[in-house]
Amino acid sequence: MNDSKPILSVRGLHKSFGALEVLKGVDLDVRPRELVFVIGPSGSGKSTLLRCCNRLEEPGSGSIRVEGVDIMAPGVNINAVRRRIGMVFQQFNLYPHLDALGNVTLALRKVEGKTRAVAETIGRGALARVGLAEKAAAYPNELSGGQQQRVAIARALALEPAILLFDEPTSALDPELVGSVLNVMRELRESGMTMVVVSHEMRFARSAADRVIFMDHGAILEQGLPEKLFNAPDHPRIRDFLASIEH
Amino acid sequence: MFARFADTFFNLEVMQQYLPKIIEGFFVTVQLAVAVVAAGLTTGLVLAVVRAFRVRLLNFFIVIAVDMLRALQPLVIIIAFYFALPNVGVRMSAFVATWLALALVLAAFAEEIFWAGILAVPKGQWEAARSTGLGFLATLRYVVLPQAVRITIPPLTNRTIAITKGTALGAVVAVGEILYQAQSGYSFSYNPSPLTLGALAYLVLFVPVVWFGRWVETRFAWKR
Repeated sequence: MNDSKPILSVRGLHKSFGALEVLKGVDLDVRPRELVFVIGPSGSGKSTLLRCCNRLEEPGSGSIRVEGVDIMAPGVNINAVRRRIGMVFQQFNLYPHLDALGNVTLALRKVEGKTRAVAETIGRGALARVGLAEKAAAYPNELSGGQQQRVAIARALALEPAILLFDEPTSALDPELVGSVLNVMRELRESGMTMVVVSHEMRFARSAADRVIFMDHGAILEQGLPEKLFNAPDHPRIRDFLASIEH
Repeated sequence: MFARFADTFFNLEVMQQYLPKIIEGFFVTVQLAVAVVAAGLTTGLVLAVVRAFRVRLLNFFIVIAVDMLRALQPLVIIIAFYFALPNVGVRMSAFVATWLALALVLAAFAEEIFWAGILAVPKGQWEAARSTGLGFLATLRYVVLPQAVRITIPPLTNRTIAITKGTALGAVVAVGEILYQAQSGYSFSYNPSPLTLGALAYLVLFVPVVWFGRWVETRFAWKR
């Protein structure tokens, strides 16, 4: 872990859906080049935590800073903030009416105002980073799930975000396609991308994560180095959880 | 037998006499139809986009207006515009009354169809676009509407064709379109052959429209 300023800083985050309190005061700092893994049983608030970080969910109370900018301050330009935070979804959410390059370049052209030529150069670079340079003209329905998810990663990467959020990026994939997506994520990590990953890929967490966070009932129960959390957690609850998913 | 039938419905002499009038009516119908489609579809799309902002009071009025227009018989609206509105000082020509009534009805149906299309686009599409920094309108314009419009093309072409054929209702307020010309030819000549000509004129006009609708449907059909 390094001492530089956190890229993402969450303090006292609360979020309720009606009467159900899904986040009960979460604190989280993510520093540059860190890969933070968030695990926990379903309904523990992992995805909600992630979705609050770019205000896809409106946080109830608490503060969230991205590169020092309070993203809940009145008058904050949320679209500008979101450009700095890439997000990858469980269901990929590629635009079906655009080809891979169109998916990757849309925000470059319409948000950043780049010309088509400039956007496409950047877009092809992003597709190359995920190993899909030759699929630029393919439409989402012509791609496998793993390829679709890699295009979605390229779409986020093309904007050169300060941090990438992954919301169960491999949960919707057939098992044989998971590896290709994880390989891309591993390469991103090696290139120094800051990432927060919500996932059940424990083996990947063990080998790639700098820190693992275990969430339960809307709060962080324990966090630490992967070896510590996976091999000798302080809480029996975590041991039970790990035992239940390791088949 | 057949000679009498031919003389009644295919009287060449009568047809020849009234052909220029039917042609004149043909172009009036074309003008009316194009104006109705342009105004109706545009207004419907704009209303659906406005509705997407989910301003509760505004949407309440849109829904009320749309439901009323969908429930009313278009002829009633035409008559109201042409005969009733002058009593409150609003005067319009028969052509404008017919155009406005049909355009409003088409706008109402189109709004419902476009709105259903917008709702049919998965929430994840909005989230993906917004997460890359696209604003609400940009997301609607570049991500949601292109998908919504494709979904809506089959019901939209059907409805557009149905309402465009309603231009014949203009005959009631003496818009000189095909049906009006055919009917007056029939009255003057005591022979229904002008009506036959009118029917042919409708076929010439609307069969290509139906074909065009089918072409658009296949052109924009795409697999997910």
